[in-house]
Amino acid sequence: MAEFLADLHGYWEMIRFPLGALLCLGGSILCVIGTVGVLRFPDIYTRLHAASITDTSGAALVLFGMMLLSPGWLVISKLFAICVFIFLTSPTASHALANAAHTAGVQPIIGRVGTSEAEGEDA
Amino acid sequence: MAYFLGLVLALAAFWLGMSGHNTPLILSLGGISLIVTCILAYRLDIIDREGSPYVRLVGFLLYFPWLAKEIVKANISVIRACVKADLDIAPALVKVKTICKSDLAKVTFANSITLTPGTVTVEIEGDKLLVHGLYEQDSQPEAFVEMDQRSARAIDGKGAAA
Repeated sequence: MAEFLADLHGYWEMIRFPLGALLCLGGSILCVIGTVGVLRFPDIYTRLHAASITDTSGAALVLFGMMLLSPGWLVISKLFAICVFIFLTSPTASHALANAAHTAGVQPIIGRVGTSEAEGEDA
Repeated sequence: MAYFLGLVLALAAFWLGMSGHNTPLILSLGGISLIVTCILAYRLDIIDREGSPYVRLVGFLLYFPWLAKEIVKANISVIRACVKADLDIAPALVKVKTICKSDLAKVTFANSITLTPGTVTVEIEGDKLLVHGLYEQDSQPEAFVEMDQRSARAIDGKGAAA
């Protein structure tokens, strides 16, 4: 049993770094996708939705990847604290932005938005 | 008293996690900073339900896995909307009524809505939330009922969700 556990630990050490790197890569890709969404969507409210991809899944995946890559518990606890604070503050910031836009009287685009309108928006 | 103990425990755990030094000098400095923080918090009169919400931690820890699942599900649909060749979204503003009583539960509910991609809480007035959604069909008031009940149960306790 002890031997098996030692083996398991060895395997874990072996897959830890590729797995962490993969998670970091996936998180970065999600951040890029969020950025693409911010550039493509028409108005501030819809852009906030795209930005929240970067906030939630992108940041979480990158942080989990870094936790797997980290050398000790101390770094993990710091990354965990970062994770908690991001999850507490990013919706607050999004809400502040949306509320500011709403208070300033920015009218959201309502209803179906097609490709042609979006291209007109970009140009 | 429970709030005070919760604050002390959380601060101590946070300090230990941040520093990682175990020499007596550094530890005593940490203890002093903890005491100063507690005195300041007491003088500011913020050692209450909102300043130290650790009593409800168990309820929140039970709530979070469900929220994480919802976040993953919502992420997939918004990612699809971002990378799709044709831009195909139908934004909508909806009013959502909440059953959350305390401010803390309302904040939890509103932050949960904002945290799930595709929906953003724009404004809170009393027990009504103005929510902007990326897809009209996904952001009808009925879609938030379960989240509302779960966050009310997590923060306000069992009786509130009835």
